[in-house]
Amino acid sequence: MKAIVSVFAKDSKGITAYVTSLLAQRDINIVDISQTLMQEYFAMIMLVDLADCPLSFDQLAQELRDKGAERALDIHIQRQDIFEAMHRI
Amino acid sequence: MSYLMNSSEILQTIEMIDQQHLDVRTVTMGLSLLDCADRDMQICCQRIYEKICRRAEKLVDTVSAIEREFGIPIVNKRLSVSPISLVAASCREDNYTPLALTLDRAAKAVGVNFIGGFSSLAHKGFTDSDLRLIHSLPQALTETDLVCGSVNVASTRAGINMDAVALMGRILRQTAERDPMGCAKLVVFANAVEDNPFMAGAFHGIGEPECVINVGVSGPGVVAQALKACQAQPFDVVAETIKRTAFKITRMGQLVAQEASRRLDVPFGVVDLSLAPTPAVGDSVAEILEIMGLEQCGTHGTTAALALLNDAVKKGGVMASSHVGGLSGAFIPVSEDAGMIAAVESGSLSIDKLEAMTCVCSVGLDMIAVPGDTSAETLSAILADEAAIGVVNGKTTAVRLIPAIGKTVGQRIDFGGLLGSAPVIALHPGSAAEFVARGGRIPAPLHSLKN
Repeated sequence: MKAIVSVFAKDSKGITAYVTSLLAQRDINIVDISQTLMQEYFAMIMLVDLADCPLSFDQLAQELRDKGAERALDIHIQRQDIFEAMHRI
Repeated sequence: MSYLMNSSEILQTIEMIDQQHLDVRTVTMGLSLLDCADRDMQICCQRIYEKICRRAEKLVDTVSAIEREFGIPIVNKRLSVSPISLVAASCREDNYTPLALTLDRAAKAVGVNFIGGFSSLAHKGFTDSDLRLIHSLPQALTETDLVCGSVNVASTRAGINMDAVALMGRILRQTAERDPMGCAKLVVFANAVEDNPFMAGAFHGIGEPECVINVGVSGPGVVAQALKACQAQPFDVVAETIKRTAFKITRMGQLVAQEASRRLDVPFGVVDLSLAPTPAVGDSVAEILEIMGLEQCGTHGTTAALALLNDAVKKGGVMASSHVGGLSGAFIPVSEDAGMIAAVESGSLSIDKLEAMTCVCSVGLDMIAVPGDTSAETLSAILADEAAIGVVNGKTTAVRLIPAIGKTVGQRIDFGGLLGSAPVIALHPGSAAEFVARGGRIPAPLHSLKN
């Protein structure tokens, strides 16, 4: 299953490294990645493949939320279908 | 299927959900209870309870899982059932309240937040069962928490059953005297639809399959935000912008509907394309009309603005879903819309303007608090006016009036939660008692000889 991971936070050093290592530890492959700064806010969006991830979707979402909160990062994961449905005919 | 990631689209979706209150308003499972009928009411109740618990057991868990995986709030999980006046027709009891109590208990057991269908279709006349159900409404709606009722009193093909209109005025008063909250769960319809997923008017029509999933989308905040970017642009641009936004909102609803249908193994019915406001700031239909250039909702121009909005929502949504149905259009429930509440309180929005607005949108006078001393005849006359609008224009009108017992114009009545709070609105003082007392039927209108 493919999903979109989005990360929002105040910009600081090492956010990308921290988040990508969280994903790697859970056997999640990053298919595409993009990041941008909106004023002083950092926004990163990743398309990820969950095929090898041993966790259930709910467990994964909870762990990412908790691990993100430790570094004051707002991390969400959503199935990609929603974006495809809304923006593609 | 490969998805090419586009950050700006993804950010737009996330912003719609986080900042602009985008949600799926309801996933409603429609369920036939016709096979639960029995002459013994206890057996009938038992069958109803068992069937609901069996068929809807996984509804809330499944929909909540979809909510988490897609990251879309799905605000309500609900049930609609066959009109109870049909299910109970063979029961010998006069009082149908035990059936309402059973529905309430079953709804609580499966975890839904409303169950609709304590209903009767009496647009051409009453069966004995219709009358028993209608007379049970005041007790049934005030002794239950989650049960919603509705009565269809008119249709374009049958005309207006004025006996039903007169009776419903009295029933509204009796219900309000027990508890005004009961009236928030009671809808009087003209041209009721069989697949409406929204409360309080949802019921599972007789043309519907055994079990079905209907979804109601929402999103006034998203439309409002999109329109803020078209200041001073002509209406062509306004209409296009609403259509585009409605398309996106509806696609999301369609996705949720299909996913719920697949996981529950229940056929997908319809997506109801509705802009349903909530009392939250920034989730208001009135605000959309004001962004179009009106100083406040209710002033001259409001009806035209609403007509454009209602039509553009449907045009945008219709291509986004394989099956569209229900009420589909903009809702204008006064108590559930911060902009409408403000407009009533400032005197900009009157009952007459609201009535005019119902000619061009998808519902009728919805969630409107009227003075506590309003007579049953006046309530009936308001119902008759709305039914006439529905019948002549071939559209649904749904009326939810709340007589605010002990309160008068300018005071407020609170319902809590999504139902919000409503300022008591002024009505005309003249009596319609003689008009209502005539009874009989107002014949169906002529829809031919159009040259």
